[in-house]
Amino acid sequence: MADAALARVHDREAAAAFRRHYLSRLAIYGLLSIFAIIYLVPLLVVVFNSFRDQAEIAQNGLIAFPRSFAFHAWADAWSSYCIGGTCEGMKRNFMNSLWMAIPATILSTLLGALNGYVLSKWRFKGSEVLFTLMLLGVFMPGQIALMPWAFILGKLGLTNSTYGLILVHVIQGISFTTLFCRNYYVSIPDDLIKAARIDGAGLWRIFRRIILPLSPPILIVTVIWQFTGIWNEYLFGVVFTSGREQPITAALVALTASGTNVRNYDVMSAAVLIGALPPLLVYFFGGKYFVRGLTQGAIK
Amino acid sequence: MSSLTIRNLRKSFGSVEVLKGINIEARTGEFIALVGPSGCGKSTLLAMIAGLESVTSGEIRIGDRLVNSVAPKDRDIAMVFQSYALYPTMTVRENITFGMESRGVPKPQRDEAVKRVAALLQIEPLLARKPGQLSGGQRQRVAMGRALVRDPKLFLFDEPLSNLDAKLRVDMRTEIKKLHHRVGKTTVYVTHDQVEAMTLASRIAVMHQGEVQQFDEPQTVYDRPANMFVAGFMGSPAMNFIPATLTTDAEGRPAVSLKVGDGAVLALAEGAVPGTTGRDVILGVRPEHIFRYSPELKASKKSLATVEAPVEMVEPTGAETIGLMRFGDLEVTGRFDPDEAPRMGETITLGIDMSHACLFDPTTRKLL
Amino acid sequence: MSTIDADAGRISGADNPRPTWRERLVRISPILILAPSLAASFIYVFVFTIWTLYISLSNSSLLPSYGFVGLDNYASLWSNRRWNIAYSNLFLFSAFYIVGAMAIGLALAILIDQKVRGEAIWRTIFLYPLAVSFIVTGTVWSWLYNPTDGIQMLVRGLGWTDFNFALASDRNTAIYAIIITGIWQSSGFAMALFLAGLRSVDPDLVKAAQIDGASTFRTYRRVILPVIAPIFLAVAVVQIQFAIKTFDLVAALTRGGPGISTTFPAIYVYDLMFQRGQIGEGAAAAIMMLAALAVVLVPYSFFIVWRHRRESRHG
Repeated sequence: MADAALARVHDREAAAAFRRHYLSRLAIYGLLSIFAIIYLVPLLVVVFNSFRDQAEIAQNGLIAFPRSFAFHAWADAWSSYCIGGTCEGMKRNFMNSLWMAIPATILSTLLGALNGYVLSKWRFKGSEVLFTLMLLGVFMPGQIALMPWAFILGKLGLTNSTYGLILVHVIQGISFTTLFCRNYYVSIPDDLIKAARIDGAGLWRIFRRIILPLSPPILIVTVIWQFTGIWNEYLFGVVFTSGREQPITAALVALTASGTNVRNYDVMSAAVLIGALPPLLVYFFGGKYFVRGLTQGAIK
Repeated sequence: MSSLTIRNLRKSFGSVEVLKGINIEARTGEFIALVGPSGCGKSTLLAMIAGLESVTSGEIRIGDRLVNSVAPKDRDIAMVFQSYALYPTMTVRENITFGMESRGVPKPQRDEAVKRVAALLQIEPLLARKPGQLSGGQRQRVAMGRALVRDPKLFLFDEPLSNLDAKLRVDMRTEIKKLHHRVGKTTVYVTHDQVEAMTLASRIAVMHQGEVQQFDEPQTVYDRPANMFVAGFMGSPAMNFIPATLTTDAEGRPAVSLKVGDGAVLALAEGAVPGTTGRDVILGVRPEHIFRYSPELKASKKSLATVEAPVEMVEPTGAETIGLMRFGDLEVTGRFDPDEAPRMGETITLGIDMSHACLFDPTTRKLL
Repeated sequence: MSTIDADAGRISGADNPRPTWRERLVRISPILILAPSLAASFIYVFVFTIWTLYISLSNSSLLPSYGFVGLDNYASLWSNRRWNIAYSNLFLFSAFYIVGAMAIGLALAILIDQKVRGEAIWRTIFLYPLAVSFIVTGTVWSWLYNPTDGIQMLVRGLGWTDFNFALASDRNTAIYAIIITGIWQSSGFAMALFLAGLRSVDPDLVKAAQIDGASTFRTYRRVILPVIAPIFLAVAVVQIQFAIKTFDLVAALTRGGPGISTTFPAIYVYDLMFQRGQIGEGAAAAIMMLAALAVVLVPYSFFIVWRHRRESRHG
């Protein structure tokens, strides 16, 4: 009897515990879903609208399920939409951004890897001080550099040119890539370098045969961060270039500002997506490295 | 002929002097162990021999050549690291041949050398693997292979066994000893493990605070430690140190009177009279020279002294039993045969084999 | 000493008095590799700062000129109503933005930490805004805030006809539109850092707390969060930097308007330098931005160094 009563009590407790667990799970997933909707709605709105008809958008508003389906907004945005008089779409600006971001990313990453290698494995008197000096560049606000850059780019004949922006981004990026690579290379045991020196390898051979083969994780992180950062940069783009030479961020602002009376949300949505696509692709395919870069960059 | 000569070698990092005039000489084919607690400078000394640290002053010669400022790669040395330092992205084969590759040795010659070393160390099946796919013991072998393939004048080992578990460590120790016998190269071996130093070395340099405390053959270092540091460092459990005064016993023989407990008087072994009556000394007795007293023991040992002490703690280890006896303020450790092990709380009569006892000066702490 | 002594083992000194050119090259190659980057960084950090500082003390207007006018530009800057709006906006924005993003980020991190299914998917959703530029974010949100096409229209269309949501078009509330968008953009960043922190907490600590009978809530409040306290500071410092440098988001979302109500220091610098031809005062404003960053970062870096020293002292 007593046992049976006890078992009943236990059953009741177990049931309550189960209910509690179930409810808390429900709350967790419920909250996460609400947040997820808030995070996803803006993206969905743009994606939907880029395929909707402008007439339908005008009638039903921006936030609605598509009732029409068309591709022409993408084609317009890419090659024929008019921004401030020229009607070439985003194509040229997209290519500008690409030709700016790719070389600038490669160059700054390469320099960062070399600097990081020397600063972590071939330290000399004063190298820590030099490292700190380079670090300062990470925190410099771009506004400080605007006037000097304008002057220098003018002297070099690189105003309103993608080459000018490459130069600006490489120099601005060096501190960042050096920091990333140096912090990664510090974790490579010094014994490896010592062993290689006894084996008769010099600075370059050690870099090529030992450091570089160990570098893919950090190089991927650095490339992803440099690429998205440079692609998304706006201030230098809008200050140092104009019109056809602008990178896509500056063109997007010009585009959405120039919609004088009628806002063509369909085309503008497509244009925004064209501008967002490369970093989004990088993010979806390299998410793991993206997060790694994030935590490394901020904690250090 | 000596293949390594270190003369009055000093090293400072800023104002900190980590090596204070080291003198060591290794004969060709000798196995030298540098042993000492962490921070004693032994690893720095090894790095300086390798050329990985600069010389502040003094001389390092390999063979007849002064190598103070010769690059590591030109010193004709090979080194095995504590962390093995295997290149993680290269296969075992590439790891072993990287040094020859860097020196531009042609491929057929490299393959020949790998074959020889792989056979010697029995690592042929591992040649295509990466270090990450190897066990600790296998990595250890590959690290040695990388050193052996070069046929250098001098082998340097930096605590190569300390990352292995206890059993593997003993096996590899034996293997290193066999290998040294076969190859016969001069070797400098850094370790903090005094057992490793004792088993492997032909001579041991015991280091402490940047100085060589004693440089001698293992048994000499163990039996006649130059000072109390060496005496305490070599051997486990450590040597017992008991303050005492020189005196003579009832029969007029030289003896020491203990300054702890009831002031027992222990007769010294013949010929060991380091001063006049009344002089303060420290008596050093190793735990294995303390026994349970019996008439048979008395008969078998030439100079046996007896003393009574209460047993405070007993720690059986299987092969032997460690007993802790109270001598006044001091605890004295003894290693007993399990059959004769003391019992806790018992007051035991101990027989101390005075022929192995050491006497130290209490102020200089040196052996008398 | 984990440093490799770069001077060790090079052929030099008394026994080899004259190193060959090749050995000399080997010896200085680490410095040769660094030299271009060092020179560039030096110019970028110091020369540019001093240059801009100098412009800020000059009578530059449409073009840089170098007549020295002392602190005139700063005086004029601080008496400008628009600059006052700019920095009070910055304070308001920083406070809400940092607290909001950290609170939401922490909440998301803790939710995800409850062994939820599909963790990678949740994380991806919350973090993707960070990959997208402020320009894109700002543009899209400006549409959502647009009263005739965006959220207001949606809600009114659902039947609540006098619903009012015109944050961005009201000069009193436009700053909150920017704050909300900013939080939306970077709470994922806080989440990622907090999640990394939560994952680095020793699981034995949590087990010990459970055995001590602590509830989940108490375990977080008393055991886990104190352990990851340094992450709060790191996140806050990174976000203050973001806030001080805020430019793109505002440029795309409100362009500083309506009127001048959402002017930020960075917007102000840009306007003065490139729209109004008051380079001197613009430079002064840029220097003030640098000063604001220094006020945050200098004490923080001292603190980090101090903590590092303390930790290394305690083994």
